[in-house]
Amino acid sequence: MSAEVQTKQAVMEMTPKSQDEKQNNQPMDGSAVLIQGLKDQGVEVIFGYPGGAVLPIYDALYKDPIPHVLARHEQGAIHAAEGYARVSGKPGVVIATSGPGATNLVTGITDAMMDSLPLVVFTGQVASTVIGTDAFQEADIIGITQPITKHNYQVRDVADLPRIIKEAFHIASTGRRGPVVVDIPKNVATEIFVTEEERTAEVNLPGYQPTTTPNYLQIQKAAEAIRFARKPLILAGAGVLHGQAMDELKTMVETKRIPVTNTLLGLGSIAGNHELFLGMAGMHGTYTANMAISECDLLINVGARFDDRLTGNLQTFAPHAKIIHIDIDPAEIGKNVPTEIPIVADSKEALQALLNQEFNAPDTEDWLAYLRCMQEEAPLWYNVDEHEFLPQEAIQMIHRITEGDAIVTTDVGQHQMWAAQYYSLNNPDFWVTSGGLGTMGFGFPAAIGAQIAKPDERVVAIVGDGGFQMTAQELSLLQELRIPVKVVILNNGALGMVRQWQETFYDERYSQSLIPVQPDFVKLAEAYDLKGYRITKKEDAEQIFREALLSDEPVLIDCRVKMLENVYPMVAPGKGLQEMIGVKSK
Amino acid sequence: MKRVITVTVINQSGVLNRVTGLLMKRQFNIESITVGHSEQTGMSKMTFIVNVEDERKIEQLLKQLQKQIDVIKVNDITDKAIVMRELALVKVVSPPHARSEINSIIEPFRATVIDSGKNVVTYQVTGAPEKIEAFIDLVKPYGIKELSRTGATAFTREIQKVNSPQLSILK
Ligand SMILES: Cc1ncc(C[n+]2csc(CCOP(=O)(O)OP(=O)(O)O)c2C)c(N)n1
Ligand SMILES: [Mg+2]
Repeated sequence: MSAEVQTKQAVMEMTPKSQDEKQNNQPMDGSAVLIQGLKDQGVEVIFGYPGGAVLPIYDALYKDPIPHVLARHEQGAIHAAEGYARVSGKPGVVIATSGPGATNLVTGITDAMMDSLPLVVFTGQVASTVIGTDAFQEADIIGITQPITKHNYQVRDVADLPRIIKEAFHIASTGRRGPVVVDIPKNVATEIFVTEEERTAEVNLPGYQPTTTPNYLQIQKAAEAIRFARKPLILAGAGVLHGQAMDELKTMVETKRIPVTNTLLGLGSIAGNHELFLGMAGMHGTYTANMAISECDLLINVGARFDDRLTGNLQTFAPHAKIIHIDIDPAEIGKNVPTEIPIVADSKEALQALLNQEFNAPDTEDWLAYLRCMQEEAPLWYNVDEHEFLPQEAIQMIHRITEGDAIVTTDVGQHQMWAAQYYSLNNPDFWVTSGGLGTMGFGFPAAIGAQIAKPDERVVAIVGDGGFQMTAQELSLLQELRIPVKVVILNNGALGMVRQWQETFYDERYSQSLIPVQPDFVKLAEAYDLKGYRITKKEDAEQIFREALLSDEPVLIDCRVKMLENVYPMVAPGKGLQEMIGVKSK
Repeated sequence: MKRVITVTVINQSGVLNRVTGLLMKRQFNIESITVGHSEQTGMSKMTFIVNVEDERKIEQLLKQLQKQIDVIKVNDITDKAIVMRELALVKVVSPPHARSEINSIIEPFRATVIDSGKNVVTYQVTGAPEKIEAFIDLVKPYGIKELSRTGATAFTREIQKVNSPQLSILK
């Protein structure tokens, strides 16, 4: 049995077996009902960390087990849950205790909110009788998470718990996905249910009815606009992945001959090697993708939110384009960019409706030829160094060895942008990165969650030497749960992205961005009973990567790369997409 | 420009916090808020007067409010025919010799005296916010000891004129 197949079993087996068979008609308390509710929702794994306020919940879990991943820090747990959610499409479930346990989740909750990931987060709370008295480990997690959740609940009465569980999962996983926090006071977790009705209460959300079906007139208008466009462009965002509209996107691109670009989070929604794919757009996007946005006469945004890292200066964004914006969240339409044809809908339904219009493809051959020419003139580039290994070369090597088939998670920084540029993805939902919040420390735990969701796939975490150290404690999980994640540290001895900005915009004043003293990452791996590799010479890289990445075991690779390498091309802050610097031209 | 927005919400704990938190996070400038129970049990009605720069901003605000799970209905009633009322309690310095003078100049406002002492009188005045402003301006020279305003509450009139003009205070 391969290590990958073992993963899921290891996770499933790690919880002790039920101590005593649950007896029918035995009165259930809040905790038991919570565990039952999670099972009813089909929850296959929980990411969590125990503590005083959740003792009753963990006791119920002991008696009625669901596989549970004990992270070594709540932040690790929630990023793992995000990785799981991103790859599986199912809500990630997190449990943490009150006070510090709950506040340790704040970064992950915000990250999930920004990137629309479905999470259901259960936090313990002090007993109802002492809420508001600054009791031991009390934190107002409802107040704290109010602006960073899609919705949150404090369970005041155990009778509300079954309904709230159902609502939390419903809200997290429908419409525009997002995190929901359910705060459970300790006494509620031990209160006994009185009636059967309480246990079977249904979802009651009169104020929540997301629109998924597009307006027919708007679809007709959009079809008309596409039909007569000469230079149309599709911008595909994460909404395509959330709506699982990849097939519809591909059909649209191919049958209407429309070139397509991606946001950072939309990568994978179209195959990276598709002939009509122009690469990622935005701050570190390709020259061609950004020029296509600047020159197109019709921009069809499917499930992207016109984030500032994508648009650059809004004044000069897509100046010649009519805008069609398909989004499940009406509030995103018109927020940053005025939109002529708004379509509030699920991406799949909207694209399907458009395809059903069966309009003739616009004549785009000149436009496509022009863009192809630009791609040849100004490709992604770097200058190979005689001695030093370049991070871009490393990513291309990883790509070659894994044949573009790995699930890639990244942390935040230069390595993230290089991974986005050079790890051309074959598969959708195989790309896990922190886009909206840009959370260092995300990449490695997210890989753990991704591997648990897809035990049979190869998962490579591409992280920086800085960010990896923010959640490195989760190395504990790899051997314990036989999670064969491949951790690749692109070690440039610097907070590279900060250093690059200081080089470019602050006259090379490297204030607090160089890390000359580092742990021995190989020994660190060994301390956790993992195989560690170090790449110091570019000649050795291929062979070491090959051995490490193709192994069935979890591994860590400390890959030393050139410190002073920069991510190019780039749209400087405040500049327009058409003003890229560091563009190669032949 | 000022806009009058009414929001129907489910009467959950924390809903007021959620709505005002949203306005703060998105940098909206709230002039006043009122909240209270509505005709439906379990539902409350909020009335906001907000200051926004342009149409886009107001559209964002309405959409962001609508997105809240506990929000049932959002209406921008600024351009409708509406009834809008605010109540103010104003404690005015009013020695016996000036009292009748004050009473006579504020007569058109139909304010009521709800408390009085040797040298002060407390008036209650209701009306559109502009009327309250006018009342305050009028009594200010006599000396205002204390002032408390509720903020405006509003809804649309039964009969809507076509192209009803915008209320002057809202321009
Ligand atoms: C939690 C957090 N703190 C700070 C930052 C700001 N920041 C963005 S990139 C970066 C440098 C990351 O360094 P490293 O992990 O080594 O990656 P590199 O850029 O060198 O590839 C920093 C500090 C951040 N994004 N997240
Ligand atoms: Mg680094």
